[in-house]
Amino acid sequence: MEREKSGAEAHVMTKSDLIDRIAEKLKLPRGKAEEVVNMVFESMENSLKQGERIEIRGFGSFEIRNYKAYEGRNPRTGNPVEVQPKRLPFFKVGKELKERVNNGRTTADGAPAADAPPSTPGNGPTTT
Amino acid sequence: MTKADIIENVYEKVGGFSKKEAAEIVETVFDTLKETLEKGEKIKISGFGNFVVRDKNARVGRNPQTGEEITISARRVLTFKPSQVLKNVLNT
Repeated sequence: MEREKSGAEAHVMTKSDLIDRIAEKLKLPRGKAEEVVNMVFESMENSLKQGERIEIRGFGSFEIRNYKAYEGRNPRTGNPVEVQPKRLPFFKVGKELKERVNNGRTTADGAPAADAPPSTPGNGPTTT
Repeated sequence: MTKADIIENVYEKVGGFSKKEAAEIVETVFDTLKETLEKGEKIKISGFGNFVVRDKNARVGRNPQTGEEITISARRVLTFKPSQVLKNVLNT
């Protein structure tokens, strides 16, 4: 299922790594850091479960999108299959993080991206 | 839901922290996520989903208003892929 495009992969941070980092940064017992990190994601999950939107300024927002039933196909056999209506979370990256991620392209590996866009919005595909 | 609500939950349900401390920890969680993604690393939160940084090549697009052709520069973008567990939770 994983399709990595070139470049930015290699390192992965898991929830466990995140907990370690928080414990280290704030000099917290690991168990406490773990409880907090779990509560952060549990809170978000509960909120989405209720169909609520989440907005974390500087990071991004999550909302639930409702998809109607449709007739899809089994990609292996080509047979038609009925896809049930479903609710999926949709993440929209916040402005600050969007810019930081894109700027990281030039700084993270030292490879200067000659065509690095100035981080001005408006020249890209416009998102809602 | 906003960050303030998450802080409130941490304060009430985890316990052992003042509101100020709860706020500081939650801020640190999001700051750490941002620092990590900025470095181009992927984040996997089991039961929730993966945040993946992808490099996009430059391509030709169109201004939808005018139809004018424009070059969309190469860029690095962030995508979120919800975990199967989260998808199941939302559909039961």
